[in-house]
Amino acid sequence: MATAATFEQEINLHDPKNFAPVIDLNDLSVNFGKRQILKGLRGELRGRAIGLLGPNGAGKTTLIHTLLGFHAPSAGTAHIFGKDILTDAKQIRSLIGYMPERDSFIAKMSAVHFVRLMAELSGLPPEASLERAHEALFYVGLGEARYRSLDTYSLGMKQLAKLAQAIVHGPKLIFLDEPTNGLDPPARARMIRLIREIRDSGQANIVLSSHLLRDVEECCEEILILKDGYLAVYCNLEEERKSNRKFLVLETRGDDAKFVEAIAGLGCEYALTGDHRLKIVLTEGTEVRDLYRIAAEQNMQIRRLSYKRDSLEDIFLKAMENGNGSL
Amino acid sequence: MAVYDHSYKNYAGPLTPDWSRFLVIPRHAFRDVFKSKLFTAFFALCFLPLLVEAILIYLHHNVNALAILRVNVRELIPIDASFFQTFVNLQGGFAFFVTLLVGPPLVSRDLRNNALPLYLCRPFSRAEYVAGKMSVVLILLSAMTWVPQLILFMFQAYLEGGSWLINNLWIASAILIASVVWILLLALLSQAISALVKWRVVASGALLGIFFIPSVFGEVVNQIFWTRWGSIISLGALTKNISAGLFGTFERTTGFATNMEGDVVSRVVMMEPPLWCSWAALFVVCAICLAILSAKVKAYEVVS
Repeated sequence: MATAATFEQEINLHDPKNFAPVIDLNDLSVNFGKRQILKGLRGELRGRAIGLLGPNGAGKTTLIHTLLGFHAPSAGTAHIFGKDILTDAKQIRSLIGYMPERDSFIAKMSAVHFVRLMAELSGLPPEASLERAHEALFYVGLGEARYRSLDTYSLGMKQLAKLAQAIVHGPKLIFLDEPTNGLDPPARARMIRLIREIRDSGQANIVLSSHLLRDVEECCEEILILKDGYLAVYCNLEEERKSNRKFLVLETRGDDAKFVEAIAGLGCEYALTGDHRLKIVLTEGTEVRDLYRIAAEQNMQIRRLSYKRDSLEDIFLKAMENGNGSL
Repeated sequence: MAVYDHSYKNYAGPLTPDWSRFLVIPRHAFRDVFKSKLFTAFFALCFLPLLVEAILIYLHHNVNALAILRVNVRELIPIDASFFQTFVNLQGGFAFFVTLLVGPPLVSRDLRNNALPLYLCRPFSRAEYVAGKMSVVLILLSAMTWVPQLILFMFQAYLEGGSWLINNLWIASAILIASVVWILLLALLSQAISALVKWRVVASGALLGIFFIPSVFGEVVNQIFWTRWGSIISLGALTKNISAGLFGTFERTTGFATNMEGDVVSRVVMMEPPLWCSWAALFVVCAICLAILSAKVKAYEVVS
């Protein structure tokens, strides 16, 4: 019998020697008939939780399906944990869990029977499958309803059952396609909490495809934005935010004209955005204390000073305006 | 992912061998199939002819039982190729009705509920999926066709002696091949129709229609053109010819053309299509079924 541990030894993510990108896109293109859906995607995705964003029809779901082996690439390829999606599809799928966007179930089955079947199809022996099916359903919060038929589940419960089948075999990479679709606020919060828990466990990487920026912002460290089949942006959210740390928003009292003149003298860019409000981009070597010094010299008061942090929405909108297929 | 600590954990235990994964599908399907008491009763009823067959074989070799029943052994049906062929054909008929009940919902239910991505996102290929679904039908039908028939053949050989076994070993191969051809055809057809039609009742109707409508049409062709070549489109006639060929009872000459009153209206001898034509026609049907399954069993349908 092969063991799941074999793969673990092979691709231990905690061992720097074996460290490979989670997903490596090598000029990946996908055509449906004559229509090109994905256009030469290239990049190395390494984050624990990667958000997949893009407007409708950008190719998010097609990318996930291609990585799962549902569609054959028309050009290029991709590697997941160093394994080629063209030649090692079966090995890759043994490492992956997938929660589809649409309702996907096997009719006339209880949740525990359904999740157990999915575990067995992933290669777990029957006893282990049953045990993990119970555990997975308890984990997602369906423990009390696990013997109920899936046909009787509410939309929120069905989403949780889909998550349970995606994680029952303990995959190392989980694709979640619109996991919060149709959920009410408490159910959404629960789903987000579960995704964050899985991410923080360090046992699995997550690719979260969603059109809800807030979901991605709450769960993901890295984002990949697709636009018209091109990769518009791939960035680390935290680093992106850090890069904006020199961008300040000030609220002042006093004579703004002299103050901004002095700031311009330091070489900083500035913009007056309203009465006693201004935005400043600090130059290299300029510190916040310099602003306070100038304010004191000009007999000005700085009432409020805050770093402007780009929200995911800013990044997304910027990508939609500027995205040209390059990283 | 233990219940007590509610945390996510990878699985590091043993895995089942790749080759055996498709058997997960029939194992779970049988639980569902045998939930129906009506089906279970019908399936049990299908074994009745086999019981009769076993009794006939037993009676042939038990003088005491014949004496009690006051039956002369010569009055009993002889245990030969025709005897086994009759029961193989009879079980084939029952197999058709079992397929009608079990086969149609197998794939259609998954298609209706978008379940295919769930199967195919795992280390489980489309071929394994089809093999798994087909094995539900194949295992059930095997259990009521060639497996008991071969056991009864061995029972006859045990009672008759080693020389009978050696002389009639070809009957065993005929039992096996005729049954396997029939159940394979049933399994393929039921899965192909199930993949085409999403509703169980319609799929069952279509399966019934595929056997009966061409048979009727073929018979009309036979009657109008005074030929037997109309049988080439009748799946029942094709498999009957193949079975007869395997059991050595196939004859190309079938008689003379008659009118509705049974009077001979023509002296033209009508010939059944040669056996190779029946085999070729079945291969074509199987190839079409496989092509349909290949086109329909996909995680997602791509609209170009």
